Amino acid sequence: MIPLSWFLYLSAVLFSIGLYGVLARKNAIAILLGVELMLNAVNINLVAFWRMGNLALMTGQVFAIIVFAVAAAEVAVGLSLVISVYRRHNTVIADELNLMKW
Amino acid sequence: MNFWTDPIKVLYDWLMSLFGGWGMAEPLANTLVTLLGIVVLITIALVLDIFLVWIERKVVARFQGRLGPNRVGPFGIFQPFPDIIKLVIKEDITPDGADKVVFNIAPVLSAGSVIILWAVLPIASRIYGVDLNVAALYIIAAGALGTLSVIMAGWSSNNKYALLGAFRQVAAMISFEIPMVAMLLVPTILVGSMSLNAITQAQVDGVWFFWLSPLGSLIFAISAIAELGRSPFDLNEGESEIVSGYHIEYSGMKFGWFYAGELLHAFTFGGFMAIFFFGGWHGPWAEEYPLLGAFYFVLKALFGYWVIMWVKYTVPRIRIDHMLAFNWKFLTPLSFALLIVTATVHVLMRDAAFWLYVAAMFTSNLLLGWLTVEILRSYTREKREAVPSAAHH
Amino acid sequence: MIDASQVIFLLSAGLIVVSAVMVVSVRNLVHAALWLVSTLFGVAVVYAVLEASFLAVAQVVVYIGAIAIMFIFAVMLTRRDLLSKSEQTNANWVWALGLAAIVFVALAFIISGYGASLNRLPAAMPEGYDPISALGNALVSPEGFALPFEVASVLLLAALVGSVYVALNKAKE
Repeated sequence: MIPLSWFLYLSAVLFSIGLYGVLARKNAIAILLGVELMLNAVNINLVAFWRMGNLALMTGQVFAIIVFAVAAAEVAVGLSLVISVYRRHNTVIADELNLMKW
Repeated sequence: MNFWTDPIKVLYDWLMSLFGGWGMAEPLANTLVTLLGIVVLITIALVLDIFLVWIERKVVARFQGRLGPNRVGPFGIFQPFPDIIKLVIKEDITPDGADKVVFNIAPVLSAGSVIILWAVLPIASRIYGVDLNVAALYIIAAGALGTLSVIMAGWSSNNKYALLGAFRQVAAMISFEIPMVAMLLVPTILVGSMSLNAITQAQVDGVWFFWLSPLGSLIFAISAIAELGRSPFDLNEGESEIVSGYHIEYSGMKFGWFYAGELLHAFTFGGFMAIFFFGGWHGPWAEEYPLLGAFYFVLKALFGYWVIMWVKYTVPRIRIDHMLAFNWKFLTPLSFALLIVTATVHVLMRDAAFWLYVAAMFTSNLLLGWLTVEILRSYTREKREAVPSAAHH
Repeated sequence: MIDASQVIFLLSAGLIVVSAVMVVSVRNLVHAALWLVSTLFGVAVVYAVLEASFLAVAQVVVYIGAIAIMFIFAVMLTRRDLLSKSEQTNANWVWALGLAAIVFVALAFIISGYGASLNRLPAAMPEGYDPISALGNALVSPEGFALPFEVASVLLLAALVGSVYVALNKAKE
């Protein structure tokens, strides 16, 4: 029997690590890796609240599934953008993609 | 209840009373017995694997008009043991520049992704690892781990051919997963459960799903062969182009794990073919006597394995773009069409008489197959007639 | 006294945290992607502990079987930076670390503010209740989530078409 708080703290730790990855990494692909960690942290929360709440209400699990779909779509589009950028500029370092900056 | 009607329960009770007699607490004894069961199941799978090597070599020899191994033991049945000794005493090479940790994890993951499939196999009416209520999806999840092991092996070898082989294999596995998932949904729709035990039980009570979905079993077999990376889809190893694919750099027992995993995988998918479409352990008196059911199951799985070998040693390899086009332009649309037809007929006819329901399912499958063949025929005719007219210009 | 499910949870939580730290800190990006796989596997174990068996298996199929493989492919296709042993974090990484720490402290503060309601334990599964069929019904029934489910499928189709279009090599033009 695991109390709700354990899941919430685990999720908070995972979310913060993901946030650090998004902010600190240079490589665009590594930034997307951090985003995946954050999405998973959210999913742990959703499923934990489903389990601890009313089991007949499937909202938590349904939301987690929709997060799966969104994550898959996000990674597919994000990585294809990264590959496209790599073809044009021969780099995937986010700092070097500064065409829009002046 | 005796050993012949429920062997697992009898053994479990005997072990529990034995451990209890040694003064062990019940939860601890339960855990120990469960662990023992896991070890025994894995051992059975791997011992079977040793003899699969012999079966494979013997069958391929017959297909090619040879005798096959016939020196060690009667009919050469102990040939795998010298093979294993040879693999074990070979030099274990890790190439320079290889990613050592990933390189060494990959074969373990490859064999492990096959062995975990045995957890959900209902071998007989009361012999199974766990009755998982998401077992059909669990099979796909184990396949995902297999995909990961392929790419790990290909990348960590630091070899162009290995990487090319891994890319091909992963492309094939990911794309042929789609028709396979769709075909796993056919029995799921028919039964209303993803548990393999429930699927087998429904076929014991009713009719083998081959009669409800012959086209589905065919598509499942094709996508299983592609998933296994066996000929005609063995582009991952293509000896004449990329030497040996993703396991080119592996030697000794590490290669042995890939090889053993591949053979066990083929046998296991023969078993899944039996479970999903040919009644699993179903046969005369199998329900009362589980060991008889296990015998039927192994027989059916070996038949499925034999079909896979038959295809492998008969059909030549096809090109990678043809293979992917075959999947995306033909197999995937067909499997989705079949899924829709199956679901519709199931909902419309499930209240009708049972023979009518079976007949409707069978004919709808045949109609869909006939329609596919007709469409393909008219398409190729168009292409054929377009060629000479183009030549006139 | 801790019971078996707590041991499994703590082991998988340790796996998740350690491999998540590795994801954001290792230089070799293929290794980062492989550590992501181990994080995601730990999350799947957490789902299994929560008795969400469908999500646990779907996590392995979707994340490990598709998303992690896509990451590894993308890293290999942009290979120039894989070989470089240069620093993988940007100049602001200290600020990022500070911000992440602040976010964690704030989240932990908010969570601990709920007090005793956090010690809520999971209720036992009612006899004969099948979460998978309940989930299936919720996803496709009009009173449930049929519309979001359909929108998600349209989103996936759009992502499929869009990513093929964006990543397609337009060298022929």
